[in-house]
Parts: sequence; structure tokens; C-alpha cells
Amino acid sequence: MGETPVVVAASRAPLDSDPELIRAVPLKHYGRWVGAVVTILIAALVVRLFVVTPNINWPKVGSYFTTKQILLGLELTIILTIVGMVIGVVLGVVIAVMHLSVNPVLRTISWVFIWIFRGTPLLIQILFWFNIALILPSVGIGIPFTDWWVSSNTNTLVTAFVAAAIALGLNEAAYMSEIVRAGIQVIDPGQTEAGLAVGMKKRLMFRVVILPQAMRAIIPPTGNELIGLLKNTSLVSVIAAQELLTKAQNIYARNLLVVELLLVAAIWYLLVTSLLMWGQYYVERHFARGSTNRPLPPTPFQKLRMRFRRGFPEKTRATDQPGPALSQADVREAKGSAA
Amino acid sequence: MTLMVEAQRVCKSFGRNQVLKGINMQVPEGSVVVLLGPSGSGKSTFLRAVNHLENIDAGRLFVDGELVGYREKGGVLYEMRDKDVCHQRSEIGMVFQSFNLFPHMTALQNVTVAPILVKHEPAEAAKAEGHALLTRVGLGEKADSYPRQLSGGQQQRVAIARALAMKPRLMLFDEPTSALDPELVGEVLEVMKNLARAGMTMIVVTHEMGFAREVADAVVFMDGGYVVEAGSPQEVLVNPKEVRTQDFLSKVL
Repeated sequence: MGETPVVVAASRAPLDSDPELIRAVPLKHYGRWVGAVVTILIAALVVRLFVVTPNINWPKVGSYFTTKQILLGLELTIILTIVGMVIGVVLGVVIAVMHLSVNPVLRTISWVFIWIFRGTPLLIQILFWFNIALILPSVGIGIPFTDWWVSSNTNTLVTAFVAAAIALGLNEAAYMSEIVRAGIQVIDPGQTEAGLAVGMKKRLMFRVVILPQAMRAIIPPTGNELIGLLKNTSLVSVIAAQELLTKAQNIYARNLLVVELLLVAAIWYLLVTSLLMWGQYYVERHFARGSTNRPLPPTPFQKLRMRFRRGFPEKTRATDQPGPALSQADVREAKGSAA
Repeated sequence: MTLMVEAQRVCKSFGRNQVLKGINMQVPEGSVVVLLGPSGSGKSTFLRAVNHLENIDAGRLFVDGELVGYREKGGVLYEMRDKDVCHQRSEIGMVFQSFNLFPHMTALQNVTVAPILVKHEPAEAAKAEGHALLTRVGLGEKADSYPRQLSGGQQQRVAIARALAMKPRLMLFDEPTSALDPELVGEVLEVMKNLARAGMTMIVVTHEMGFAREVADAVVFMDGGYVVEAGSPQEVLVNPKEVRTQDFLSKVL
């Protein structure tokens, strides 16, 4: 074998004869068909169990879906989610930067913060803030060594809403700080050097060079956190803050439509979550700019519009000739919305 | 003759590993110096020290007559505030081996971000200037491209334009062509040659002997943290006196 000389041959194909395009018979995926049939059967069973059943009064679900009490609860749930997330993100970024700081004091503070607020159950934190008056009967601010002093009874200051917002916000900040830290640490140190080398101060460099790039890694887990927070707001029912689940519970305590009202709440949570997922898709696109060497793929909405404009071309297969190329306008539109 | 860079017995260690063992160097304004040497010889560290991306342990380092990173008062050195360090850096341009362009910004944004946010130039003026700089490095058409849509050579030319946008008095090049495919090296060297002809003071770490011979006013050969030999390209590259220089050149050429 070793004695046989290796012959390498390479040549250019003659220009006049294009090789025939491959038209192969596609693989048959029998497994998929079996799987689809089984899935449809199971789905039918579930539908029968939940929809075509005398045990759930669906018209009642419909009628309670938009009652005032439920909508008020939904409003508080959304407000708590937003307040909690704003506190969580802002404080989370600060804690993350402190954690990565060269300053040992800041590093220690951030470590202790994360240790406490991530290490104790959220339920305890909510109850703790609600009962803060037991250890701190009144809070006040003043200027030391002067008579100027304003104080207030803690119980009037820390309402169920305030306790809920503080507890959710601080707990969220502990988790967010770790997410942000992970995002920052992914960035190549060369980026920091390039930022410093053009004369940026550390803070400016962090804001315009590091953070926008870290966002790409930060957003997907933050979407998780936001959806988790939305659902965690239901925990504040323990301090009788009137959010969505508490409202639903109040109603079924009176009329005993337990499953119906839980379904009302669950469907609302699902709707808001869907809305958040939709928003996340576009936020992710925004921060994905420059991440590949080609324009971003069109959004589902853009695809739909292109389809309408082209008048539903025949379904193209991988083995067919490439379909009609995107027009310049389509590409520009896809690029424009990516920017 | 004013000195743009003056190093007096500069030393630097990373832990127990001493990478600079007393470097003396004088770079007159408008001259081009090529630093040569095997990897680990300390040339990149020296370049980074000039920009205060590394602080030095001993000796003195001056850029444009000013001590880098410190202020000396009554024989005592005081660490400079962040703000003053940034001001010093803003007058020194640096080009990295791995380009380090900001990937989330277009070529034009890469070039204009520092003039707008550091020097507070009006955005319109900075953009016009940015376009002019990109044109100067042959990339006027690519202003709206993102770095990942550009070839390595194009990215490095954008990086040079980004550094020039701050109107630096000194340009540092840290192996600017080492990460490039061979056929892309020429376009970057061409931009650097033009810059040298325009009178820019440059310190260049490179293995491009052709560039050194053609453009450099002086070549400094470093090894093991020392300056082994320094002189004109003719002296160092053609008739090296030191054995270590001869040895290195025989491997590179």
C-alpha cells in the first residue's frame, strides 16, 4: 500500500454542461406519523376531560373572565411585576458591577446581598417586609446634630403593596445580578481594552461597550425571570395584597366555583406570559444586530406580509429550484426593522 | 528634536515572571519604530505600558514629556485619577492584533463613538470626519456594515480609522497583521505606510520584515525582557551584531 504513489487529480468542470440538479426521493419519516397520531389522540382525551365535561362550567369561566374584581387583581399583578422587575434589573446591574469591582468593600456588600436575598425563601421575605413594623416601629429621616427630623409609623408606610414590591424587587435583584454578571463575563477582555484605549472612562466604557453586548446573553434568562416574577406575585396573597390569584380565591370562597376561577386566573397568566414572550422576541432581535455576517432573518410578521405581496407561491422544496429571490424592498425592510 | 516616548529603565513583572527588565527607549516625534522579537520577549507588554493598560513596577515612562499614569511632585509619585489617565490615553491611538472592534456598532459608529462621547464633538461633525477617515483607509463604502460583515483586513483598517478619529499624537500597533490571512496583510500595511508618510509617530510590534525595512526609522530587537539591539533597519536587519538577533532573523527570514 505504502509504495503506491498517491495521485491527486483536480480539474475544472467544462462550462457548457451544468451538472444535473439532484432530485432524490425524500426520506419517509414513519415515526413522525405514528407520533402525530398518538399525540392527537392524547390531545382529544385532554380536551374531553377539560372541555366536554359537566364538571367545569365554561360559561362561568367566560363570564368571570372580565369582571371588575378580576381585572383589578390583574392590574395589581402587572404593576407588581413591573415594579419588581424595574427594581430587580436596576439593582441587579449595580450589584453585578459591585461583584466584579476591584473594590473589596463593594465586593463584600454584593456577596452578602446575594447570599441573603437568594438564600431565603421568597415567601419568608414577603412576610418579613410586611411585618417589619415589629422590629422597626417607626422610620424617619433627619439631619444629624439638628432638630430637623421627619418620621412616620412603619405600619402606615409599609402597606401590603409596598411590602410586596420591596420583597419581590430585592429578591429579583439577587437573581438578576447573577444573570448580569454572567453576561458581562462572556465579553472578550479585548473589548474593555479597546474602549479604554480610545479614552473612555470605565463607566462610559461599561455603558456603551460592555452592557449592550452583554444584553444578548442577559435577555433570555431575564425573560425567564420576568415570567417567573409574574407568577411569583401570586405569593403575595399571603399578606392579602389583592392581586389576581387572591381576587380569584376571594370569589370562589363565596360561590364555590373553585376550578372555574382558577382557570380564569391561569388563562390570564398565560395571556400575559404570551405577550411577554412576543415582546422578548423583538428585544432579542434588537440586541442581535451585528451578531452575524448576514442580515437578520425576517420576523414571522414580515414573512407573512412578503407572502401576501408575492401571492402565495407554490410550496418550494429543497430539491426544487430556489424560490423567487427576495426583492430589494423585502431585504431593506428586514434590515430596517432589525436596526 | 522632541521625544514623543521616552522609557527609562522600565521594569514590569507578572507575579514572579519579570517580562520587562529595564527598557530604555527614545522615540522622537514623527519617527516610526518597529519592535521585533520572539514571543514572550516583552514587546507587547511594553506597548501596553505606554498606553497605561499595564502599570510599570520600576523606571519612568514619558509620553510627550508627561509621566504615564502618575504625577510626580516633590520626588513622590501619585497615582493619576481615572479621568486624567483617560485623557492621556485619548491622545494615543492603539491597534490590536485581534482588531477588537465593537461588534454591535457599524463601522461608522465604531469610528465616531469616542469623538462623540469622549471628546463631546457634535454628532454631525464626527460623522463627516468618520466618513472621511473610512474613505482614507479605503472603506468609504462600508460605513454601515457591522464588523462581522467585514473581512479581517477591512476590520483592521476600521480599527485604524477608529484610533485616528481621536486625532492621536502617537499610534501603537500590536501585531496588527498577525491575525490576518496572508492575502489581506498588504492592504493593512499600505494604510500604515501612508500614515507613516504623513508624519505620524508610530511604534509597531510586527514580524513584517518588509515593512520594517521600508518604513522604520529604527528597529529595536527585544528578547527576554531586554533590548538586545537597536538601530537603523540596515544595522539591525542586514548587519546584526548580536548573536541572538542573527539567530532570530535566520528563523524569521
